Amino acid sequence: MIEKIHALWPEITLFAAACVVMVVGLSRNVQVRRLCVPVCFIALVAAGVLAWFTTPMSAAAMAHLPQYGKTLAAFVGALLLLLLVGTPDREYEDDVARGRAAFEPIRGTRGEFYAFYLFSITGLMLCAGADDLIWLFLALELTSLPTYIMVAISTGRNRSMEAGVKYFFLGALGAATFLFGFALIYGATGSTKYTAIAEALQAQYQAGPLNAIAVAGVVLAVLGIGFKIAAVPMHFYTADVYQGASAPVSAMLAFVPKAAGFFALLGLLSCVGWFRATEPNTSLPEPIHEVLWFMAVLTMTVGNVLAVMQNSVKRILAYSSIAHSGYMLVGLIAGPGLQKDSFTHNGLAAVLFYLLVYGVSNIGAFAVLACLERRGRDGQMEEADDIADLRGLCSRRPLLGWIMVISSLGLLGLPPLLGFWGKMPLFTAGVSSGDYLLVVILGLNSAIAAFYYLRLVGVTLLEAPDAPGRGVPVQPGPFPTRVLAGVASVAGIIMLSFIPLTNQAQRAGIYNRDPIIKRSAEPAQPAVPKPEV
Amino acid sequence: MLLALILIPLITAALVPLASRRHVRWVALLGTLAPVGLVITLLAQYDWTNPPSQTLAMSADWYPDLGVNLRLNIDGLSFALVALTALLGPICVIGSFTAIKERVRTYYGWLLVLQAAMTGVFLARDAILFYVFFEFTLVPMYVLISLFGSTNRKAAATKFFLYTFTGSIIALAGIVYVAWWNATQPGGFGAWTFEFNSLIAASQKMPLETQQWVFLALLCGFAVKVPLFPLHTWLPLAHTEAPTAGSVILAGVLLKLGTYAILVIAIPFAPQAAITFAPLIATLSLIGIVAIGLVCWVQTDVKKLVAYSSVSHLGFCMLGMFAFNHAGLQGSILYMINHGLSTGALFLMIGMMYERYHTRSMHEVGGLAAKMPIWATFMVFFSMSSVGLPGLNGFISEFLCVMGAFTAGDNWSAGRAATAGSLGPTYAVIAGTGMIIAAIYILYLVGKVCFGPLREPAGHGHHGHGHGHDAHGDDHLPADLTAREIGILVPLAVLCVALGFYPKPLMQVVEPTVRDTARLIQDTRAKMPEYDLSPMPRVTPKAASAPEARP
Repeated sequence: MIEKIHALWPEITLFAAACVVMVVGLSRNVQVRRLCVPVCFIALVAAGVLAWFTTPMSAAAMAHLPQYGKTLAAFVGALLLLLLVGTPDREYEDDVARGRAAFEPIRGTRGEFYAFYLFSITGLMLCAGADDLIWLFLALELTSLPTYIMVAISTGRNRSMEAGVKYFFLGALGAATFLFGFALIYGATGSTKYTAIAEALQAQYQAGPLNAIAVAGVVLAVLGIGFKIAAVPMHFYTADVYQGASAPVSAMLAFVPKAAGFFALLGLLSCVGWFRATEPNTSLPEPIHEVLWFMAVLTMTVGNVLAVMQNSVKRILAYSSIAHSGYMLVGLIAGPGLQKDSFTHNGLAAVLFYLLVYGVSNIGAFAVLACLERRGRDGQMEEADDIADLRGLCSRRPLLGWIMVISSLGLLGLPPLLGFWGKMPLFTAGVSSGDYLLVVILGLNSAIAAFYYLRLVGVTLLEAPDAPGRGVPVQPGPFPTRVLAGVASVAGIIMLSFIPLTNQAQRAGIYNRDPIIKRSAEPAQPAVPKPEV
Repeated sequence: MLLALILIPLITAALVPLASRRHVRWVALLGTLAPVGLVITLLAQYDWTNPPSQTLAMSADWYPDLGVNLRLNIDGLSFALVALTALLGPICVIGSFTAIKERVRTYYGWLLVLQAAMTGVFLARDAILFYVFFEFTLVPMYVLISLFGSTNRKAAATKFFLYTFTGSIIALAGIVYVAWWNATQPGGFGAWTFEFNSLIAASQKMPLETQQWVFLALLCGFAVKVPLFPLHTWLPLAHTEAPTAGSVILAGVLLKLGTYAILVIAIPFAPQAAITFAPLIATLSLIGIVAIGLVCWVQTDVKKLVAYSSVSHLGFCMLGMFAFNHAGLQGSILYMINHGLSTGALFLMIGMMYERYHTRSMHEVGGLAAKMPIWATFMVFFSMSSVGLPGLNGFISEFLCVMGAFTAGDNWSAGRAATAGSLGPTYAVIAGTGMIIAAIYILYLVGKVCFGPLREPAGHGHHGHGHGHDAHGDDHLPADLTAREIGILVPLAVLCVALGFYPKPLMQVVEPTVRDTARLIQDTRAKMPEYDLSPMPRVTPKAASAPEARP
């Protein structure tokens, strides 16, 4: 265990910072409590720097995945933090400002919110660095558990509570599913360590078809992790939870658990391996491939079709986040390809790059929603949600309007914006793997997506601003950091469109199973399960 | 130089929001005149019958891991189309001076972006760069239609965007497949590139069935833009609802993106498939020519009539292209330019009429020759050019396309003029009927609108006529054309006459493309036993078409 410490410095930093924030957040002094955010930010930046110097896991099939994953988590995490600042206090501050509530210095600036956020990012980093199923399970839960609470406390409304409870129970169901899958994998291979599982499965390949228990375990695990990435059939919670939570928290839900889920899937599937025993083709073993294939097609299609029907921007973005998961599943299905160091053949690198693309682009759209506030019927402040709230935003608030336009077009994948460069590798990897049907479905889905993203763009850019949806016109909220997050997101979209950062994704996506094959060719491991501590 | 052609409008577009409302149109005019200046410099500097292959080329890495490169170059065909784009730029800007009164900055800004994107399409020599520009034309056009169009503009803009976007994503899959094929060829393993020439070279080795799939995928994207018959339904709506300048650009250049893409990407990427699909595409073109021609006949909306006529006209263009012989290809390319000039001009004319009467219905206006003699003169002139009156530009291209189709028969006779091909006289005869129908509907239009008893919409000419357009400033437009309006029509008219009487310079400029494509198809045919027509006396393409080249 101790030899793993050197790979865990980013997580340790974040964890320590989370504890500090917990303590600082309890101070009686408001000024001290306000330190929570800078501490979080510094911790994320420090963790990002430390993650950059993570030593590669040479024993694993994807040696550079932890480094990439952790850096990505810290980088996008810092952007998300800008968006999250002040979220749970917003309503209370508004009430104080309007004289509806008395000012109590002890309320406000909830340290636990930021601490939970750091715990969640810690979990995400642990997912990227996982090399053991138990570890993976704990990491996934560490990512998710804080988010349940963050959803519930993100606003004071009942809807957030409801969303939190719904998210928690369905999350528990998902966790149970993949935990069961992990148990079956352990039963079939005799180990929870990735490398040992990979060797055992490799040995099974050579002997004949895969053990049915192992296959069932992987399928169950994939389905369970499908909850984290919001893939059909585990997507039901997404729209309700995103709508119930405050927009910054929704933005976080769209990235952090999704990235954790994809890191988990990458780790898990790299144990199974993208190859068929008999064919020179690179593909996952039969039933797993089929399950993922249908999952990908359904996820893309259901997400996009349902997004077309929505009138709430948060629900549109929620369903589109489902669809984006579907696109990324295409990369997983395509697999690493035959070329070791080619970005274009490698679906795994495409997935990793897409995570960056999606993480950066998504923040912009949610930031605009978070910046726009409206008084509900009860006089309480709430975030803009209806698509009519965006009407004429480019004329009323050019900055916010253009952030919305560019991030929508970026998410749509309109060239030359970043989303296009995210989808291109998925296209090339899909074509390289020979699954043309899937590529065409991916293309058609991008076209369906055009429908609702175009609607967002049209409403924001083209409609007359003089027709507010209902009630009081939407006002920009008082959070400069949220605008900053939006600006940073758009700057990222434009910068990354012209300065490619594909190198890192490419290196992280390299999938090398030679050591595994070599090891499994040596005398077989004892097949008797021996629990590890 | 080439980069400047793209960047000048783009930079001007970025400056437009800073200009004051009164000066913005002059800024826009400068931004569109500068490319015209560049085109003239290019014209003076190089001999375009033998274009410089490398001196103007540029390339820079963009997404190296994906093999995407900023690769620009220009040849005769690109030059002709870039010149057309540059010419229509200032004409559109000047033509919008009085028509656009609100949100002028948005309008001119997006018009300039559109200009840059269209120029980029013709200059790109990297398939992804091409695709980027091709797609990026959608956003400005979407904004222009949905902000400045007429009543049904939202639906028209959305339909336009979704139709084209869907098609081009499938085309992207086709392009990616060809790139993958190129990368997996012996010698090219692993190295992805989207450079046109490498992809073309690699794709020649693709088996027929694969080529057919690739061709269909590419056609999905490009035929929508042309538009080929069953995929044309977005066009009448978009054309009719777009503002005048939007229609001019749509007809003048955007449709040409489709034909250009088919000529330089779809056909060279999958030549065998192009040969096998030629009869099918020619048939669809014929259906377009005849059926849509008939549809034109029953229109009462003037703009819709001209919009539908574009579908019919582009059918000739496609027919000529898929004849694959020298005459057909030559005619097809000429058609791209000529259609841009005459249909663009027709849309301008209709826009001028609309600015004065706020109606496009033939029931409401008529006999305008009495009131607007100059307008009527130009209207008749451009109608004749569009219908193909000998001596004007439309004739030569239409004639060459039909002749190409006629001589591209392999099953008719071994006559001296016959060249290898899978079309034939039947196709030419049907296309000929289309020409007659075109004459009917255009004359019908001209007769109704220009001649006969004067009909004006009720209330026109009175103060506060109940159209609600008082704010548009139509009051100070004189009855007939202003000097500004005549000024933008004259260059188009001069070009129509010049290209009608002496198309040779243009034909020479596009000659290399025609020659290369014809040769490519001939070589490909030689490799396909069932399509090889070697027993037939094959005449050199030059001999086959040269005598008819001059009217």
